[in-house]
Amino acid sequence: MSAVEVERVSKRFGLREEPAWTLKERVLRLGRRAPVRDFWALEKVSLEVAEGETLGLIGHNGSGKSTLLKCIGGILQPSSGSIRTKGRLASLLELGAGFHGDLTGRENVFLNGSILGLSRKQLEARFDEIVAFSELERFIDNPVKTYSSGMFVRLGFAVAVNVDPDILLVDEVLAVGDEAFQDKCINRVREFQRDGRTIVFVTHGVETVRQICDRAAVLNAGRLIAIGDPDECIRRYRDSLLNRTTWYGDDEPDDPEVLTSARSMATQIVRIDRISVERVDGAIDSPVGPAEPVKVHLDWSADEVVDDVAVSFMVFDEEGKTLYGANSDQLTQPVGPLSGGGRLTFTIDRLPLMRGVFTLSLGFHTHDGEVVHDFAEHRLEVMSEGVEAGILDLRPRIEAQITEAT
Amino acid sequence: MTAVDPLRPGGADERVVSARLGVVGQIREVVRYRELLLGLVRKELKVKYKDSTLGFLWSLLNPALSLGVFYVVFQIFLGAGIPAFAIFLLCGLLVWNLFSASLAGATGSVTAAGGLVNKVYFPRVILPLAAVGAAVVHFFLQGIVLVAALMVTRYDVELTWLPLLALAFVATVALATGFAIMLSAVNVYARDTQHILELSLLAWFWLTPIVYPVDVVITQTEARSVPDWLYLLNPIVPLVMTFQRVLHNRVDFEQEVRLRENGPIDIQITRILPDESFLWYVSANLVVIGIGVALIGAALHVFSRLEGNFAEEL
Repeated sequence: MSAVEVERVSKRFGLREEPAWTLKERVLRLGRRAPVRDFWALEKVSLEVAEGETLGLIGHNGSGKSTLLKCIGGILQPSSGSIRTKGRLASLLELGAGFHGDLTGRENVFLNGSILGLSRKQLEARFDEIVAFSELERFIDNPVKTYSSGMFVRLGFAVAVNVDPDILLVDEVLAVGDEAFQDKCINRVREFQRDGRTIVFVTHGVETVRQICDRAAVLNAGRLIAIGDPDECIRRYRDSLLNRTTWYGDDEPDDPEVLTSARSMATQIVRIDRISVERVDGAIDSPVGPAEPVKVHLDWSADEVVDDVAVSFMVFDEEGKTLYGANSDQLTQPVGPLSGGGRLTFTIDRLPLMRGVFTLSLGFHTHDGEVVHDFAEHRLEVMSEGVEAGILDLRPRIEAQITEAT
Repeated sequence: MTAVDPLRPGGADERVVSARLGVVGQIREVVRYRELLLGLVRKELKVKYKDSTLGFLWSLLNPALSLGVFYVVFQIFLGAGIPAFAIFLLCGLLVWNLFSASLAGATGSVTAAGGLVNKVYFPRVILPLAAVGAAVVHFFLQGIVLVAALMVTRYDVELTWLPLLALAFVATVALATGFAIMLSAVNVYARDTQHILELSLLAWFWLTPIVYPVDVVITQTEARSVPDWLYLLNPIVPLVMTFQRVLHNRVDFEQEVRLRENGPIDIQITRILPDESFLWYVSANLVVIGIGVALIGAALHVFSRLEGNFAEEL
């Protein structure tokens, strides 16, 4: 039995082409409707989430993933199609939604909890746990308007995760608070998973999808284009980022591709055993600084002599945009033939990245790229203490020339 | 929008998002979320008086101040001469404040909770209901003042008619709830509703016999041979009359008038209320309750139709 069944759900928004009409304007232009352009945020999306499964919805901004989540949560009503959910449902679309600044933390816990559907008795029983989770014991009787934004979301999350739902809908909220609190949140989500609860969540962060999802679904321009193995879906998502294809006008959306893990499809005649990032001081897999030399090691093993092999090296940013991509053939530095085991090292003399979490994607494939032998991804974190903004480290030299003296 | 249940504690519950909630479904949802309703009423009251020195006293000061002003204007300047004017006026104000505070609070309730409506599911109709709930609490607080005044002055209340007050109270709440639900939904689409309401309430207040006795109107309609049921179309009128009849308990009073300067003093009997029977009051209140219930049904129907797009409009 599925916990969530989405059947051919479409959602139309009327985009106004001018500011909202006041009553006066409505009376004056009696009988005419405000000019509205149809915008289909979702088109005939069908999917099922099994009980106990964690599904990640990915897609770039405006792809309809949050709209879908809101429809599942009952906040928006689909224009057509239907959604069935089975079990207690809680949506964490925004932490602390409904907190009132003038009320104390304690009062807000009770109010917010009852908005999320808990009874007073249940809240009283869980109150201490909620406060302990939020780590706000000392401030709980102060009005929340005196809270910092971090304290605010912590309290919101603490209430929300204690709602104890069968189905949890999460929208980007895991990316709040400091790192320690984020870990706590992720742990809590894992606990939910272990308890066999169903989770549907929306994110830009492909890393989170990889970490916690059983399956992923990719939305593009309101249509479900792929569903299945998270890694493969992330790949499709990146493709859709590269060529933002939109299909307005078609009557029938194509059926979504059902993606199974490509790793199981890969030949595996040469395997990637481990990827590691070495810093200039020899530290392994620690955050690197900008403009530093970096070595990426790939430990591999092969059962036979593999002749037709090239290695690809790609870097993605957090949202899955390709920052760099090339293979050994394109770089005219062939790596084959490979046999037994060994290590490939990619040396970057000066890492042109400033700060952020990036994904390294390495893979073995045939020269023509038709057959994949194996691939794997690795996290690359770049930290900067500099004052410069952005993700690229360009660090220009500035020369001033005075061509005319006053 | 959502039929059946999102969050029933411990129920094996299936929910379908698509079919609109019917009137019955709306009521079921409200019952399920009754704790939230109480929570929101509590919040409304707390927030209203947070950080004000006088706190709840404000809700008592408001009718006290109106009382002072109306006393000066009507009793002294205009010489209305109604005995126990304070009690007469409080009877009407009590009913009126319950009604008008419900409407005023409810109209903006959904728009004001935009952040919540966009992010969390709960039956939206709870929002206007919470405004009515807060008005009910104020009604009882102000009622305490009236009761205290009656006891201190050992006022002669029509004791056997007291149950009528319960009837009139239910009728007022029913009527207010119907309007509250309707206005809160309409206001999402036409924000002018708030402003129109303000003006309407002002006119409505003066068209209701709160500061003047209803007989003043009846005399005028008779003199102009206008059918007086026209005036009873204002459904608040019988409710105010009920409170006045039971608590103020004066159908008429004797007033000294001097027809000419230095002429003889004449005693004139001035009517306050038409001399209607207990049964008349019962049936009048029942009619208003009927109107109120019908209005609630219609309002829930409209609300169900409109609430599907609330999240987009806010």
